[in-house]
Order: sequence, then structure tokens, then C-alpha cells
Amino acid sequence: MKKQEVIEVEGKVLEALPNATFRVEVEGGHKVLAYLSGRMRMNYIKIVPGDRVKLEISPYDLTKARIVYRLALT
Amino acid sequence: MSGVIGVSIKTDRELVLMRKAGNIVAVVLQELKSSLLPGVETMELERKALFLIKTLGGKPAFLGYRGYPYSICVSVNSEVVHGFPSSYILKEGDLVSIDVGVEYDGYMADAAITAGVGKITQVAERLIKVTNEALNRGLKEAKGDNELRNVSNKIHSWVEESGFSVVRDFVGHGIGKNLHESPSVPNFSIPFSTLKLKEGMTLTIEPMVTSGRGETYIDKNGWTAKTKDCSLAAHFEHTVLVTEQGGEVFTSL
Repeated sequence: MKKQEVIEVEGKVLEALPNATFRVEVEGGHKVLAYLSGRMRMNYIKIVPGDRVKLEISPYDLTKARIVYRLALT
Repeated sequence: MSGVIGVSIKTDRELVLMRKAGNIVAVVLQELKSSLLPGVETMELERKALFLIKTLGGKPAFLGYRGYPYSICVSVNSEVVHGFPSSYILKEGDLVSIDVGVEYDGYMADAAITAGVGKITQVAERLIKVTNEALNRGLKEAKGDNELRNVSNKIHSWVEESGFSVVRDFVGHGIGKNLHESPSVPNFSIPFSTLKLKEGMTLTIEPMVTSGRGETYIDKNGWTAKTKDCSLAAHFEHTVLVTEQGGEVFTSL
């Protein structure tokens, strides 16, 4: 009976799509459609294909996600 | 979900204490189940549980946990989990789930059952059966070297096949020194979660099933989760140890 919060995962951006949405591949090969969080937009964080990002996914729809962080390149 | 690191592997000494705690939970649940009768105030169950837990040498794990004011949860009909014991008087046909957590010498066990008061509707009866079976199917998957998502998948697919929905807002959890530890054990399948189970992990598996759509909201009291569509909800839970053959249940007699 623990509360399920949003699912946080890391993924890799595959493709930039119109309207600032992205196709992101999550660890394990699952692909989601992700958009930029408002906070990242306000701070002009640019995302390009190949970036590793942190995502938040709602438990109700596992095919959509919000990008909340761009991870440093390693 | 991923990024779950540090799922603790319990030592034999810890397991002994958790078994003991589990045993107390099982006794309390059995006792409470037999007192689910029409005309009983749900607060009466709380008093009974508190007395029993203390007599058996445990401490109620829920009392005071993040400010939860009671030692058990009594969720009636459309309440899914975290129902407060109150002055509500049980009547014939109510579907009640009771959730009990006990701490014994620093270690926790947590379990829940759902039962009907007197004669209940066919839907309610089937709901209980399906939820219980979902728990059993989940248990079988809780074996070493299996992926955690297989547990979730089994529960999810069985419930949907039966025509009910799982609740996604609440999940099972690791358990041990704390009531809630990592990992989360969801009741719905997440195709990309990759956590592997290892022998010695202790988890709670707790399918929550509703006869409606499975969406919930939190009541004004800040705790009680109810179904949005007022459909019935059932909840079964066991504290289990991951072993080679499957989950070993701590919280049954």
C-alpha cells in the first residue's frame, strides 16, 4: 500500500520530432514519446538525438513521458 | 523503478524476527476476520487488533507511520486502502479489507485480507476470488533470479483476463527494518523494468483489484484511497521471502 509515484527512468534520445517532442528509448528497449518539462524549456536546455535524459512516466500510460533532466555526456 | 539500488538481502537472524512478526500478523488477521459481522463498529476491530498485537509481543507498525493515526486499516466497499477505523457499523453485504502491520524487535511484517460481511453479491465474491488468485500467481513468480516484472505481469494479465482492473496508484514494496523499502512491486506490467529478484529479499505482494476502472482518489482525511467510480475494491497482501522455489509466505498460519 505504498504510494506509486511517477516512474523515473533513464533513456537515450533517438529522434527529434515536431513540437519539441522526442522519441526516446528507455533501458530495456521500450520506446516512448517524450516532451520537455516546462522547467527545462524555461532554462533553454537543448536536447539533440544521442543525449541521455532522465524521464518521468505515469503509471497509467507507459508510452508517454516527460523529460526532466539532461544527463552529462560521458 | 530502475535506479533501484540497495535492495537489502536479509540475514537468517533478521528472517527469524520477520517470521515472528508475520506470525503475529496472521493471528491478528484471522481473529479480525472472524469478527466481521453485521452490527460491528469498525473501531471495535481497531481496539481488538491493538490489544492482540500488544499481547503477542509486537508493536503496531502503522500507528504513527508518517502520521497514520491507527494501528490497522479497515477499508469498506469502494475504499481501496488506508481506510480509517471509525464509528461506521458493518452491515450485511459489505466488502471489507483489513490491513495489519506488526513490528517485532525492529522488524516488520505486513499483510491484508478482504472478506465479506454475511452474504455478499456475486460480483463481490468473484472479486475476492480473483484477487486472492492474483496474489497466489504473483507468489509463484517471486523466486530467485526471476525478474521482478514477471511478478507484476502475472498479476496484471490474470486480473484483466478476469474482467477487473488493477489499481496503479498503489504498489507493493520491500519490507524489513522499515515498513516501506525499495523496490516497488507494482501490480501492473512495466515492460522496461529490469530489476532481478535475489534469494533473501523480502517483499510484500499486494494486488489491489476493483470491479470498475481502477482509478483512485484520496479522501479528504488525507489517507483513504477510494475508487473514482465507486466500484468495489479488494486487496490481498502477504509478506514474502524470495526463495529458489517461489515466495515463502511469512504472514499465514
